[in-house]
Amino acid sequence: MHISPVLWQFLVKWLNASALFPREASTIAPYADALYFFLLLITVVGLALVGILIFGFSIRYRKEKHPVAIQVEGSTLLEATWTIIPLALFLIVFVWGALLYFRIYNPPTNAMNIYVIGKQWMWKAEHPGGQHEINALHVPTGRPVQLTMISQDVFHSFSIPDFRVKREVIPGRYSTVWFQATTPGTYHIFCTQYCGTNHSAMIGEVTVLSPDDYDKWTQESTSGMSLAQNGERLFASMGCNACHSGSAAARGPNLAGVYGSKLQLTNGSQVLVNDAYLRDAILNPSQHITAGYAPIMPTYQGQISEDGLIDLVEYIKAMQSNYRVQQTLTTSTSNQAAPTTPGVMKP
Amino acid sequence: MSTTSTTIVNLPDQRTARIPKRNYLNNEDGLLSWLFTGDHKRIAILYLISITFFFFIGGAFAGLIRLELLTPQADLVASDTYNKFFSMHGIIMIFLFLVPSVPATLGNFLIPIMIGAKDLAFPKVNLLSWYLYWIGGLFTLAALVLGGVDTGWTFTTPLSTHYLNTHVVTAATGVFIIGFSSIFTGLNFIVTLHRMRAPGMTWFRLPLFCWSNYAASILMVLGTPVLAITLVLVALERLVGIGVFDPTKGGDPLLFQHLFWFYSHPAVYIMILPGMGVISEVISTFSRKRVFGYTAVAFSSVAIALFGFFVWAHHMFIMGVSNYSALVFSLLTMLVAVPSAIKIFNWAFTLQKGSITFETPMLYAFGFLGLFTIGGMTGVFLGALGMDIHLTETYFIVAHFHFVMVGGMLMAFLAGIHFWWPKMTGRMYPESLSKLAAVTTFIGFNLTFLPQFILGYLGMPRRYHAYPPEFQVLNVLSTAGATVLGIGYMLPLLYLGWSLKYGAIAGNNPWQATGLEWQIQSPPLTENFIETPIMDHEAYDYEWLAHKTAQEVTTVG
Ligand code: HEM
Ligand SMILES: [Cu+2]
Repeated sequence: MHISPVLWQFLVKWLNASALFPREASTIAPYADALYFFLLLITVVGLALVGILIFGFSIRYRKEKHPVAIQVEGSTLLEATWTIIPLALFLIVFVWGALLYFRIYNPPTNAMNIYVIGKQWMWKAEHPGGQHEINALHVPTGRPVQLTMISQDVFHSFSIPDFRVKREVIPGRYSTVWFQATTPGTYHIFCTQYCGTNHSAMIGEVTVLSPDDYDKWTQESTSGMSLAQNGERLFASMGCNACHSGSAAARGPNLAGVYGSKLQLTNGSQVLVNDAYLRDAILNPSQHITAGYAPIMPTYQGQISEDGLIDLVEYIKAMQSNYRVQQTLTTSTSNQAAPTTPGVMKP
Repeated sequence: MSTTSTTIVNLPDQRTARIPKRNYLNNEDGLLSWLFTGDHKRIAILYLISITFFFFIGGAFAGLIRLELLTPQADLVASDTYNKFFSMHGIIMIFLFLVPSVPATLGNFLIPIMIGAKDLAFPKVNLLSWYLYWIGGLFTLAALVLGGVDTGWTFTTPLSTHYLNTHVVTAATGVFIIGFSSIFTGLNFIVTLHRMRAPGMTWFRLPLFCWSNYAASILMVLGTPVLAITLVLVALERLVGIGVFDPTKGGDPLLFQHLFWFYSHPAVYIMILPGMGVISEVISTFSRKRVFGYTAVAFSSVAIALFGFFVWAHHMFIMGVSNYSALVFSLLTMLVAVPSAIKIFNWAFTLQKGSITFETPMLYAFGFLGLFTIGGMTGVFLGALGMDIHLTETYFIVAHFHFVMVGGMLMAFLAGIHFWWPKMTGRMYPESLSKLAAVTTFIGFNLTFLPQFILGYLGMPRRYHAYPPEFQVLNVLSTAGATVLGIGYMLPLLYLGWSLKYGAIAGNNPWQATGLEWQIQSPPLTENFIETPIMDHEAYDYEWLAHKTAQEVTTVG
């Protein structure tokens, strides 16, 4: 399916200008649109065929012209034709659609990660560098961006039509989506899963910036604390460091460098440590005990908000050594409690 | 007008014709004789009145939704109210109108007659179904009157269980009870079709209407209990917090989606298969030809019913089902689209070499063919994994399912109502007015729902009370179309009512159709047949009919 690019540009521009077609603002959009046009094509051809048959037969065999019907039983050949041709077309669509799906949902390894939290009725974006945004998202052109998303309450769905991407945002589970923006500008963010009273107000705007502008934006809007730094404070204030101190006698496993590794559990299974695993290990520790440790970790269910969990995950992700853990351990025992972090839920 | 050549309508001489003295309508008098009837025909009429009532309530909500969407701002009503509008619209239209539409009215009326039986296998259970329908309906109305419910027809958790304080349990109870009504109807049809066929009425002599209702009945019996279980779990979660869907209690929020769609995907075929049966009867009659590839059409109904159980996760492609299950469900979705395509071509080729006339039922059937083709093809868009990501949860979905359910099933229902109206009432509807209604409906429908495909691709989410201003033009078109559509639906209500008293006397077989139901008086006797008919010919055998008519003329003359 190769249309000449000039023609394609022209077509898309024209449809855009007449407000019949969304802008193509991500690297994925042209791929999605190609399949869309193919599907439109087979629909129109199919519809025309049905139309021609119906109108053709209606004119040719209407009662005035053809007063007596001729009975025909059917025809295996015809039946086979209209079984096989639609089947073949649908299978092409299936393969094409599957390829597109994997392209949209499998992020490249070098994607930069931004966290998104959905809750009734707003979107909160958290950049690793500590930039927080509400109902807005700033991203650079030319770089793959992955969103790791979670809902604090009901199902939501994060959709950027001009990028042709969308993914459900689910309570209690990280879901991800990625895109690479191509054209600076602003684009709609919609929540597309019905989520209660103000569903239609759960909207926002992605601002796509050129890489230079993006760097400027990151510097100007940082809160001064990266997510990992917030996480470090939480790690101390929630008392994680008491057990996960990394020392030989510690009661909890060493967390430095654990992200991305394979972990042996007491129940014999092996797990890959990723964001979802870390989050779950904090909330439901008794469900996955690392081999060699006692099931003594308390659950933090209800004590840490999703923001706090993200901070902790970011912190553990970035933790390469236990040097800082031990540092914070000494400061917190030396009665200099860490200042409260905004992420901690007050009881 | 040389009507003889452009119509097959063949009415008795109006000066002498009378409605038969004894028939199921006047066999007994009084309201109680209706409320306690076991007669499948009377129960069908009870259903017809009931679903029409609910259709217009559901329609009123549709009107309110479209009125709100005339402008981008949220200005007509508050957001909560808007959410209640679309929830009520969906719940009423799906559970109280579309699911029972063709099976409970036309199916109830016709299946026993078509197979040469006196009634369904369990007449009392049939009446019970209708009462259950009404008890469920009253619960739904109660939820409405007490302040409404705003879950959407999909009752999605955890929104429905933890975050809404509207009458969710009341509405869910209603739907739960209506579910049993359709289970009983399905059971009744299955048993009747197996056990009560007249001598000589083999499976492959059944009219295709019976086959498609049989397939739908299987879906009702096997699918609906899952819906019932799901709703019970939702109610328990709300009332006592059992936690099956709650991640903080170790439950799985996606489980609800699996359970719900395990019923609701088959349910969409409950909402189309019986309509396909109507289309087979109508197209055959008005082209005077046996349906092309009878066996293929019959088996494709059953194929749809069976495959229909294995595609539910295509409603969940963006919800984080594993890549492999997404692949499998997408593939199966493509396969389930094939039998529908087969049917379209079979119907089109039924016209070939026929002798075609264009009475109202045929116009509705043509409308069905066009609209269902679009509906089915857009289903293929949605079954294609990567395409679904962009289209799901937008107006594209709304347009897709309205094309199949309204453009498909409702068109088929209206085709069937006009087609069998003379049989049910003994009188003809006014032909030119009803043609006008059919055309109005078709135009209004396209104007309403074609713009929604474009809106969907532009990204407008469904269930939005307010929307960005650049979507307004298409929304205005859609609302304008809905107005036309509304008129198209009001017209039949008026002229069909009128025809009850003033319509021309129809006689036994105004369309010269071949089905057994057309060989008996209109309206039929309570017992349908004076003596059990013996089926000695195939379905849609127009030569047999011609022969029979010729003989009658000679014996009378
Ligand atoms: C050719 C056959 C069909 C195919 C391939 C098909 C495919 C699909 C797919 C893949 C979806 C899910 C889209 C999504 O949620 O992202 C869908 C939604 C839907 N379809 Fe179909 N469909 C077909 C026929 C029908 C028929 C016959 C009906 C009803 C009479 C129907 C009613 C619906 C409804 C109600 C929904 C949306 C449910 C909701 O989310 O509220 N479809 N269809
Ligand atoms: Cu489905």
